[in-house]
Parts: sequence; C-alpha cells; structure tokens
Amino acid sequence: MIRTARRRHATSGVMIGLTYLAAILATLPLLLILLHLVKQGASSLSPSFFTNTPRPVGEAGGGMANAIVGTLVLIGIAVAIGLPVGIGAGLYLSEKKTTPLAHSVRFLSDVLNGLPSIVIGIFAWEFLVRPVGHFSALAGGVALGAMMIPLVTRTTEEMLGVVPTSLREAALALGYSQWRTSVSIVLRTALAGIATGALVAVARIAGETAPLLFTAFGNQFWSTAVREPIAALPLQIFTYAISPYDTWHQQAWAGALVLISIVLIISIAARFVTRSRFGAPVD
Amino acid sequence: MHLSTEVAPDQRPVSAAPRPQVNAPETERPPGETQPCIVTTKLCAFFGDHAAIKNVSMSVPQRAVTAIIGPSGCGKSTLLRCFNRMHETVPGARVEGMVEVLGSRIYGAGTSPIAVRRHVGMVFQRPTPFPTMSIRANVAAGLKVDPRSHRDRGDTDEIVQEALARAGLWSEVKDRLDKSAMALSGGQQQRLCIARALATRPRVILLDEPTASLDPLSTQKVEELVYELRNTVTVVIVTHNMQQAARVSDRTAFLLGGELVELTTTRDLFTAPRDPRTEAYITGRFG
Repeated sequence: MIRTARRRHATSGVMIGLTYLAAILATLPLLLILLHLVKQGASSLSPSFFTNTPRPVGEAGGGMANAIVGTLVLIGIAVAIGLPVGIGAGLYLSEKKTTPLAHSVRFLSDVLNGLPSIVIGIFAWEFLVRPVGHFSALAGGVALGAMMIPLVTRTTEEMLGVVPTSLREAALALGYSQWRTSVSIVLRTALAGIATGALVAVARIAGETAPLLFTAFGNQFWSTAVREPIAALPLQIFTYAISPYDTWHQQAWAGALVLISIVLIISIAARFVTRSRFGAPVD
Repeated sequence: MHLSTEVAPDQRPVSAAPRPQVNAPETERPPGETQPCIVTTKLCAFFGDHAAIKNVSMSVPQRAVTAIIGPSGCGKSTLLRCFNRMHETVPGARVEGMVEVLGSRIYGAGTSPIAVRRHVGMVFQRPTPFPTMSIRANVAAGLKVDPRSHRDRGDTDEIVQEALARAGLWSEVKDRLDKSAMALSGGQQQRLCIARALATRPRVILLDEPTASLDPLSTQKVEELVYELRNTVTVVIVTHNMQQAARVSDRTAFLLGGELVELTTTRDLFTAPRDPRTEAYITGRFG
C-alpha cells in the first residue's frame, strides 16, 4: 500500500515537472525572438526609420515609413472585408445552427482557415491582379481579408454560443424582435469576446507575407493608393533580408521589430477590450 | 407586513396559515373588470410529437394572483409560456387551441408575438439582467423597442423610477442607476427583472418560479412584491412551492401530466380540494 502510494506521488511529481517544462518551452520561442530582435533591430531604429522611405544602397537615412503605412492600409482593407462578413456569418451560424447551409458554411470556413496563405494570394492575383494588369493594395487587402473571414466567423459563433439562452428569452419576452434580440442583446453581450477575436485575427494577418507577394507586391516609394502596388513591412523585410547588403540587413531587423511591436500592441489592446464597460468581466 | 409573520410556514399545515387578505370580494371591483384576463379553450402545447399541455380550458381573473402548481414536468412552465407566445420560440414547439388575453385571441391570424409580449410581461426562474447594460438601461430596455413609448420618451427616467419603486428596488439602487446590473445581489437582480417587465406597463405579468434561485429573505421580498402587484396588474405565478402558492395567490390551478386537474380559490384548493389527485398532491403523497 505504502509503496504504491509513494510511487503514485513520484509519478505525479515527475508529470507536474514535465508540464512545467512544457509551459516554459511554450513561451521560450517568443522570448528568444523578442530578445534577438531587440538586440539586432533596436540599434537601427531612429526617427528617420519612421519618417523616410527606402533609399538606395549606400545612402544613409533610409526608412520604412511607406511600409509601415502600407501595412496599416492593408490591415484597414482586410478589416473592412473580414470583419463584417465574418461577424455576419458567425451570427448566422449561431442563429441557424442546424440548417444545411450552416453545416456547409462551418465546414468550408474551416477549410478556408486551413488553406495555405500563398494559395489565397494566387487566388487574389487571378481575380484582382491579372484582369487589371497590375499589382494593387486592394488585391493584397482582399487576400488578407479572406484570411480573416474564417477566423472572425468561428470566434463570433463561439462567443455568441456562450451567451445564455435565458438572456435571449428575456429579451424576446420584453417584446424584442428576433433580429433586435440577436443584435442588441446577444451580439452586444458577446461583443468584448468578438472584438478580442477580431484583434487576434488582425494580429495574425498583419505579419502575413505570402499572400502579398503577387498582390500588394511592395513599393519602394511612398504610396497609399489602393489601386497601386503598396509597400508592406513583411515584404520590405523579405526584400532586405535576402539582399547582400549589411545596412539593409540591419533595416530588416528593425522592420521586424516594428512589425512585432505592432502585433504586440494589437494583442495588448485585445486584452483591454475584453474588460467590460463596468470593469468586471462579462460572464 | 403580513407576510413577515409567515416566514417559516413549512412547519405548520398549509391550511392553518392565516390568510385574511386573500379572496377580495368580487363585488368590490368596478364594472368591466369582471371580464376574465386570460381565457384558454382546449389549449394544447407540443414539443415535436410530445403533448406537454393537453386540452386545458381555464380562466384567469383580472387583478389577482393566480398560481399554477404541480409536480416537476407537469407542464406548469409550458402552460405559462403559452400565455405570451414564448412556447413557440423553442424549435419544434407548437400550440393548438385558443388563448384570449383581455378578449383578444393572441394566436389569431395577424397577431404578432411581439405585440402580445408587450402586453404580457414575463420574469424567469433565474435573474436575467442584461450584463452590458446599467441598472437604468436594464429597466428601460423594453421601452426602447416599444413603439407606444415614443410619444413620452422624455419621461423615461420617470418610468424607470416608477418601475423600480413598484418592484421595491428604488431606494436600494437610486444612487447607482448607472452602475452595472451585474453588481446587484441575486434577489435584487430578480426584482430588477420584475421592474424591467413592469416598465412597459403590461396588463399581465407571468412569473416562472421567480424565487427558485433566491435565498429565503429575497424570496420573502419577492413574495411581498407579488402580493402588492395584484392591485395593479394580473399576475400568474408558476411555483413548485405549495406554501408559496398559498401565501401569495388568490386562485390556484393544479396541473398534472399536462392536464388541468383543478382551478379554484387558493383557500378551497388547499382546504377542500374536490379532486382526489389534488388532495394527494397537497398532502404530499406524491410529487
């Protein structure tokens, strides 16, 4: 008896130790990446990095202002497409859980979620670049938006599913219409969670490179026109990183640091949004 | 307050409970109010193929408290939910037969469930304050979607105060109307839900086991409130607690297996039941 008890304790101890180890290993990559980026990139960060456009090799003072703005423009287009479509689809899935359409939408959105991002890029190229004959911010934004849709759809559906049926019934019993109940009670109650999901989706697409390669394409000059090729941080990092020049390598590190910072800021913002208006978590 | 002398009635026989205020004589009521509030004729309610309510024909008087009692699963809540067309919100559920509220057939062609629910308020077993809204917004929630209230929208604050006062909650929350409703205690939340239901000035209010999730003190407050409400609104209360039915209601309906066994004055039902099944139930032989 005592021996088995002792063995159980020992096994338990080892297992707990292993989970500790796994927990640390899970955060280790992020910490290492952050440390390395700060070490490599911080020295190249200067005010001109945020205000200037890229300069030719050998010329000092080049920056990535256009790429930073370009990334924000692309995110803006992606959000304009991904958010309404995703939330609308999620609302449909949670309201009409068992219709054949709901089942197929759920399945297809999972497929879309698993689709390699480069494939989405090819698709955007086929329909938005080839017909007009040139690359554009719009094509890049649409590709990123398409990636956002399944992410937002599924979080929306999940978050709406957590809202208790009793709240829905309470609203209906007060004389709310079905539609009004869904929007101003159910959706409103789940909004914090949906916003978090949306911001996580934004953070996820902000760093995507593959879908932009032959859609947004990149641009060495200042441009915010949606019909023209546009610069983006991931593309700029890619271009600079594979170049043979040391100064460009430094700039690539700095760009990576800025990109990670943007993603971090969005993630932290997501945390804040989750808190309800009254400072207490919504349950 | 008469109810406070009856906090622990479980210890004595129900029939012995003093109930002097009950059964206000019908003759004192102004003419026109003798019309029944809710009348059902051969009402049947189904969940798919299962009949949860079978051929119930009953009449609920105006400005009185009618209790519905019966063992678990007898269809009490389903019957109640037929009175404001909430039953049909469950997938696969349907209703047959007729229900009239103040003379209007609520299942008649062209009658919208939304309009019905504005006249027939409802409070549920568990408090359901809207978590994203303040106390004030919760009470005003029904007004916001009610086209009738557009005329006197300026009076929203007044209506909120009146509703909270009728629910006996005003003095407790008047200094924190803009705080979250979730910070209130369970009992306060339930009274808030009653205030929310009252704010649209319904003619009928349906209470579905409103004290089932409350502590004894909060239960007592809600019961006192129900007793007060009978002066201004018709109340139908579902309860699994016979003592509660005896304490707060004027008339009591006993439901068994989806059928209405007996509906009479609360005093008669508990002291002189006509049906042996009623007697068996109230003396605790089953259920």
